[in-house]
Amino acid sequence: MKISINGVAKDVTSTNLAAILHEAGYGDARVATAVNGQFVPVGQRESCPIEAGDQVEIVAPRQGG
Amino acid sequence: MTAFYGVELPTAFMLGTAQYPSPAILGEAFRESAASVATVSVRREAAGAQAGEGFWRLIRDLGVHVLPNTAGCHSPSEAITTAKMARELFETDWIKLEVIGHSDSLQPDPFGLVEAAASLCRGGFKVFPYTTEDLVLADRLLDAGCEVLMPWGAPIGTGLGLVNPYGLRSLRAQYPDVPMVIDAGLGLPSQAAQAMEMGFDAVLLNTAVAKAGDPVAMAIAFAKAIEAGKLARNADPMDPRDMAAPSTPLIGKAFLQ
Repeated sequence: MKISINGVAKDVTSTNLAAILHEAGYGDARVATAVNGQFVPVGQRESCPIEAGDQVEIVAPRQGG
Repeated sequence: MTAFYGVELPTAFMLGTAQYPSPAILGEAFRESAASVATVSVRREAAGAQAGEGFWRLIRDLGVHVLPNTAGCHSPSEAITTAKMARELFETDWIKLEVIGHSDSLQPDPFGLVEAAASLCRGGFKVFPYTTEDLVLADRLLDAGCEVLMPWGAPIGTGLGLVNPYGLRSLRAQYPDVPMVIDAGLGLPSQAAQAMEMGFDAVLLNTAVAKAGDPVAMAIAFAKAIEAGKLARNADPMDPRDMAAPSTPLIGKAFLQ
């Protein structure tokens, strides 16, 4: 199915957020996630279903002012 | 010493982490200036990049307090989600809340700011709202649960200094017991000293240091100015007057024709 990861269209086969992260190559990276604008804590990624058209945001620590 | 949500900081200098020529210079600027808070952000991570992990290690090794921001957010919902992601990544309840309302001046959206602040305070965040000198907005933010205010000196990145001293003095006088940080718009150490002389509790800046020709030297200069301003405030400055008053005694002056 097609979803969006950080604004880029992707074809994925996984159906939950934890599996999507693994499939997309994030491994154990220190990242935080949101789906369709809603924060998804680390502990809820496996139980967070992903459906076609969902928008997944994956962020990490960065410089800021 | 002022406490920010119960935390007494060793210095009144809060420093941003963006735009430095290199990570090494960023680290040296913090170490040499003894800045006690580092502002950080969250941004999209590419698969396999591990950029976030490297930056996090650099900040953690500085041994300073971390203040994540919601920079670039233009709506309460965007800022709230960003704050929640930042809390998980940086393991802190502190959040520098930015809800931008005007794209040219980066002026806060007062209505969105209050809405986001109320939601985040209810959710256990310790909110540092990036605000203006507006007294009514300050009141609403305090009602929303904020225990710190961060009024701007000038629009972000301008280096204009304290463009509305009257408004800032009024804000300081209206809420003498609320910890306040002058955040944004400073370009020179003298402006930071002025903020501290006015009675503000800390100064937060980024661009003025990071974009200086010698960021480390500029960070040191700001640190000294902040300390000087704080010392001056505590030393109870004289009141200004319109007419001259000789400092050298007239008594005993030689009578000369």
